[in-house]
Amino acid sequence: MIEVLQLEFMQNAIAAGILVSIACGIIGTFVVVNRIVFISGGIAHSAYGGIGLGYFLGFNPILGAMIFAVFSGLGMGLVEKYTKERTDTIIGTMWAIGMGIGIILIDLTKGYKANLMSYLFGSILAVPRSDLLIMLILDVIIIIMIWLFYKELLAISFDPIFATTRNIPVNGLYLMLISAIALTIVMVMQVVGLIMVIALLTIPPAVANQFVGEIKQMMVLSSILGVIFILIGLGLSYTFNLTSGATIIVVSGFAYFLSLGIKSRFR
Amino acid sequence: MNGVIKLSNIYVNYGKQNVLENINFQVNELDFIGIIGPNGAGKSTLLKTLLGLITPKSGQISIMNYPVSQGRKYIGYVPQVLEFDRAFPILVEDVVRMGRLSKSHLFKSYNRKDEEIVTHCLEQVGMIKLRNRPIGELSGGERQRVYIARALASQPSILLLDEPTANIDSKIQNNIYELLKELNEYITILLISHDLAAISTYVKTIACLNRTLHYHQDKIITSQMIQETYQCPIDLIAHGIPHRILPEHNS
Repeated sequence: MIEVLQLEFMQNAIAAGILVSIACGIIGTFVVVNRIVFISGGIAHSAYGGIGLGYFLGFNPILGAMIFAVFSGLGMGLVEKYTKERTDTIIGTMWAIGMGIGIILIDLTKGYKANLMSYLFGSILAVPRSDLLIMLILDVIIIIMIWLFYKELLAISFDPIFATTRNIPVNGLYLMLISAIALTIVMVMQVVGLIMVIALLTIPPAVANQFVGEIKQMMVLSSILGVIFILIGLGLSYTFNLTSGATIIVVSGFAYFLSLGIKSRFR
Repeated sequence: MNGVIKLSNIYVNYGKQNVLENINFQVNELDFIGIIGPNGAGKSTLLKTLLGLITPKSGQISIMNYPVSQGRKYIGYVPQVLEFDRAFPILVEDVVRMGRLSKSHLFKSYNRKDEEIVTHCLEQVGMIKLRNRPIGELSGGERQRVYIARALASQPSILLLDEPTANIDSKIQNNIYELLKELNEYITILLISHDLAAISTYVKTIACLNRTLHYHQDKIITSQMIQETYQCPIDLIAHGIPHRILPEHNS
């Protein structure tokens, strides 16, 4: 097992796991307390349109995914904040359209379509060094954002109406949060795939929420839990030759139900 | 008299239906007004209009002689305690700190003066001992006090309360009214409720809302006002003098 850690792809995988867990712990906390898991699911799936666009036009599909994720997220956020339309219907529609566009664009792309499955199911073992740098930069951006706007983000999550009466830019901050969620989703997508992104974004904070009473602690604890889930999942997937993304998710899900059990026992 | 809130000819509609019709209403400094009305009377619409969450179709509103978008910072808003996610991870003192938020506080962390005000407001409502508890562990009455502290932390000229005693048992309701009465020595208070009984002896004046607003700057509700508001005759039962809301009959 020790010699495995000397392999470069394994070192990269562990580094990616840690970087992704930090983003997931911080942003996932806001997803959970704001109850916007469904929007996050919509963003993840519509990002597939961007992957298709990247393939079709021949640029980095991750860049395409980021563009699609941010714009679909902002679209959903705007619909929610400024119209009286049913938000969940709009999200569901954009979810499906994004997927559909991606599949059609990939159909139209000629030639060999390598590692397409990795976007759906993740490929933490194939994360290149260059992507680690992107992840690091995103982590830094997220931490700066939270450092600057922590008290306002807390207020708009807890009581947006009161926050509005204090004249802080509630909708602007919300859209900023959605953009950060979109970028985080694209980053996590590379580890567990877009189908299972939601799990890694929500399970660590949901577990942490059982045991702490403050958002700051919840962000730290869920980042640590994320690292633990990913490392255990990675180890199991290597040992038993299983798909890494799926193994990480199953480990996280198991931990979540375990935490529910522990919590109810001590209540 | 100094009008801290002035509404003139306010109309609000959802689609073709007028929810508020020709509201003319002035709140003066150090008033303590209870606005009552049945469900669907437009109480929450009036509240949202005062907070600038709804723009009226026509009419003028001013708060401390400013338009709503600026004037609302003088309002300390106390929401209902009903809708609430108990699992939300936040401490009592962090809720009260939100009262210190403002545009000019963006990019700045809370300073020592903010912390002093937060501590003072928690003391004022008698919640200082619970400052480090998660808000989800508090009872309805305690949470109501925390929301009042949060509103006070913004050092408002006006307190605006939405159903302050809904889901709170009557003994604690009285405690909250005692607190409001003390605060009324230097803050104007406006509270909105569907519960006639909740607007007890503590308020100075009563207004009745049912799409239109009846307000005569006094505490006497006539049965005519009640009939117009509730659109059916209601027997007003008064429990002795302190709770009397109808004048004594001579006949």
